[in-house]
Amino acid sequence: MSQPVRGAVDPRVQQAIGNLLRTGVVVAALVTLIGAVIYLLHHGQALPSYRHFHAQPSDLRHPGGIVQDALAEHGRGIIQLGLILLVATPVSRVAVTVIAFALERDRAYVVIALIVLALLLGSLFG
Amino acid sequence: MNVLEFSLIVFTCSIAAGFLGSLTGLGGGFLVTPVLTLLFGVDIRYAIGASLISVIATSSGAAAAYVKEGFTNLRVGMLLEIATSLGAVVGASLVSVLPGRAIAVVFGLVLMQSAWISSRRHADPDTSNMPPDRLAARLQLDSTYPTAQGLRGYRVSNVPAGFGLMWIAGLLSGLLGIGSGAVKVLAMDQAMHIPFKVSTATSNFMIGVTAAASAGIYFRAGYVDPELAMPVMLGVALGALMGARLLFRTPTARLRLLFGAIVALVGLEMIYHGVVGRV
Repeated sequence: MSQPVRGAVDPRVQQAIGNLLRTGVVVAALVTLIGAVIYLLHHGQALPSYRHFHAQPSDLRHPGGIVQDALAEHGRGIIQLGLILLVATPVSRVAVTVIAFALERDRAYVVIALIVLALLLGSLFG
Repeated sequence: MNVLEFSLIVFTCSIAAGFLGSLTGLGGGFLVTPVLTLLFGVDIRYAIGASLISVIATSSGAAAAYVKEGFTNLRVGMLLEIATSLGAVVGASLVSVLPGRAIAVVFGLVLMQSAWISSRRHADPDTSNMPPDRLAARLQLDSTYPTAQGLRGYRVSNVPAGFGLMWIAGLLSGLLGIGSGAVKVLAMDQAMHIPFKVSTATSNFMIGVTAAASAGIYFRAGYVDPELAMPVMLGVALGALMGARLLFRTPTARLRLLFGAIVALVGLEMIYHGVVGRV
């Protein structure tokens, strides 16, 4: 019986991609968590409003408020960084796949992976 | 209710949603949007923004395990990611055009369709002795996957039909902030005759990339609110992890039916709220 096996990819590549995905998610979650703690410590008593889509209001009525907002913005920025690291995880996985197919000298799939990478980067920075 | 209390309640609900999503196999973010919109009255655009982010976390976590075990078909995944990314960009662009009510109705319909699919049984016919499909052979899509009896070969067919269905899966992912794993699995397992376990693994592998294709559009439009996305993403990821650890074997038929019924009811609720305009 003929076993169709040509599509199988080098197990080492599979391990590397698996590790990359896991590391990306763990790092992104940790960064988000750190940002969350900082944000909630400085901004936990404020009132949330997500009922309607609007721009973020800022409280600049007294000096203490400004300092508090600056620290809270810091937390917000760290959360944002964590979320962006999360989005970057699958994008970097595609970049690694390009290299993996290049090492296998599989030109067709280098092109396919590059198309996906271009679509992702175009959408992220477009 | 202040920000701390709100974050903790959303975090707790997101753990439950991630847990249930992991048990049903529908994915972590699937129930987050209904919970946020129906229970907390959050604007559906903020809800799908937070959901899209959490989808990347849960799918990448699951994909890491599957790809290391050798279930994922990397070539099938890469090829079909062209279709899902193109669809996702169109879907994400539609969010700003369509009214929130219409998004809620589509969301409800997709929930009900997914409930139906997840309650079905799966049987994988042996395709290794089938004549090779010309296009699949040229694209080297045929592969093997591990079973209890060792590596087992399979053939892939109907590539154009799978590609088309994947475009729709991407469109729904971008429009609703979901992974649309149910449609992806349908495209591979039903249309392309790929074994169910490989379809599930490859679907998880593709979900992150599909969501990343929408993420830029979501960020620029302001749908991703860091304060809301933070408890949702952390909660759903934790819940999905707990679900995967706790229930390693597949749930029984009765349990699957119960989960399916819950998801269908939530879908009906979304459609109702969309139609009467309370979203």
